[in-house]
Parts: sequence; C-alpha cells; structure tokens
Amino acid sequence: MRVGVVTFPGTLDDHDAARAVKYAGGEPVSLWHGDTDLKDVAGVILPGGFSYGDYLRCGAIARFSPIMSSIIPAAENGLPVLGICNGFQVLCESHLLPGALTRNVGLHFLCRDQEIEIVNTQSAWSGDFTRGQRITIPLKNGEGSYQCDDKTLQELEENNQVIARYVGINPNGSRNAIAGITNKQGNVVGIMPHPEHAIDALTGPSAAGLAFFTSLVRARV
Amino acid sequence: MARVIVDVVLKDEILDPQGDAISRALPRMGFSFTPTAVRQGKSFILSLDHAPSASELKEIENAAATLLSNPVIETFTIRVEN
Repeated sequence: MRVGVVTFPGTLDDHDAARAVKYAGGEPVSLWHGDTDLKDVAGVILPGGFSYGDYLRCGAIARFSPIMSSIIPAAENGLPVLGICNGFQVLCESHLLPGALTRNVGLHFLCRDQEIEIVNTQSAWSGDFTRGQRITIPLKNGEGSYQCDDKTLQELEENNQVIARYVGINPNGSRNAIAGITNKQGNVVGIMPHPEHAIDALTGPSAAGLAFFTSLVRARV
Repeated sequence: MARVIVDVVLKDEILDPQGDAISRALPRMGFSFTPTAVRQGKSFILSLDHAPSASELKEIENAAATLLSNPVIETFTIRVEN
C-alpha cells in the first residue's frame, strides 16, 4: 500500500514518518509541497516540524501550498490523512478538522514522553488499538493547546471524534485534555504527540505508536 | 500613499497565555494601573501607493478573513490611514 509523506520547507519528521510506514508494511511515497500530484497514494501523512518557519500561524502558509490544493479535496472525498503535530496544525488551518492549536498554556516548548489514552478506535488510523488503551509516545511542541468553541467541543464529544486524551497531566492546556481528533467521517486524524517516533524500542519510549500506521496499512491490504 | 492596517486578536473565549503572562508582569514592574486582563494581538500594515478603492478594501477584507486571521480563533478589524 502506497502512503504519501509530505515535505514542506521546514518539515522535520518526514523521514521518521516514512520509516513508520515501512515498519507497518506499507510503501512510503515522498510528496513535495510544490507539486500537486498525489502519485496514486492510498493515504497521506502530514508530518511534524515547522512548515514555512511557523510564520503567520503554525500551518497557515502550508495550508495554501500546491500539494494541499490536491489533498484537501481528496480528504473531503475520503482519502485517509494523518496530521502529526505541525500536520495537525495544517489540518486545522485547512478546516479539514475543527478548532485550532494555540500556544501552550505554560508558554514553554515541551519535549517529553507523554502517556495518552486512545478514545476512538473507529477511525482510519486507530483501528489497531483497543478502546482505553494507554500508550507512551514523545510529545514535542510549542503550540499544542487544542482550542475550539463550546459548541464544537460538545459535537466532538457527542460524535466520538476525540481520538486520544492526555493522561496524568494536561501538558499544554488543551480543552478536555485532547491530544488528537478525527473528522466526522473518520478518515482525517490529527494528533499532537508523535507516534512515528515510537515504533521501535531501540529509538523510542515504546513501539506502541506503530499501531497508527498498521491501522491504515493492514485495513487496506 | 495609504496604509491599510489589519489588527488581529484572539477571540475572547480563546485562552491567551501570552496575554496572561503580560498581565502578571505589569504589576510586578511597579506600574500603577492594574488591568483586569491583557489580550495580545498582531497587526499587518499594508502600504499602497494610492487610497484603496471600495473593491480593494473588500479584497483586503477577504485576505484578512482567509490568510491573515484564522476565523476559528481570531477576529480582525481593518482601518485605513491616508
């Protein structure tokens, strides 16, 4: 299964995302921000980093890049898209996901191993988890506080659109301790901590992040 | 010559940790006033070589609503200095 990994100027985690796809049994395909060709991929990952230097707002410039002009309509038609960290910010700026990511409540950039609880196992990217499963994966962000209005928050909870919540502490002040969400269709997922850095015990705090990638790859084999 | 200034601020219901930090810093510095809240925003100054027409202002408003601000969390105001 071909899974696209987008590289914007300032993207950092595209190599780890591609490696995670490979570990999961898929074929990673590099997608360039300046192209519009999705190269027949069956899913797309928007990796972490600082696209366009985080200028204006995180993800705001990336949202208007040529590759996003192809990804946005494809995602609206059901293409599975996973946005990690900066990718989550791009998905919110693109209005593929509701809400926005804002400055961490303590104003510090955080870098730590973070426990999260998987809440939704129905999405294209979380089917290989069990509901309530707790995993520890790296968290590294300065603007990871998930914010939305009360009505949106209520809808997210009622429609089971919360993918994962922080366990123990709420590191960045996200509403309802939200670490990740999905759209109503379940094909677009955004998550702040980094599952692609936790796919091998040698290089991460656990290998539990791999299930995000196997969820997609195995379901489509 | 004219300048069109777009001021962008977070909506009232959106947490503003930077504004909160400034709010806490002010009394520490010994200023006599004590604001009940501080909200931090940003400004975009668009310089034109002429006074903007009504249709140009409409376009600037469109740009402010799509690129310069994120309507999910922010509001904006536009003012013109001739």
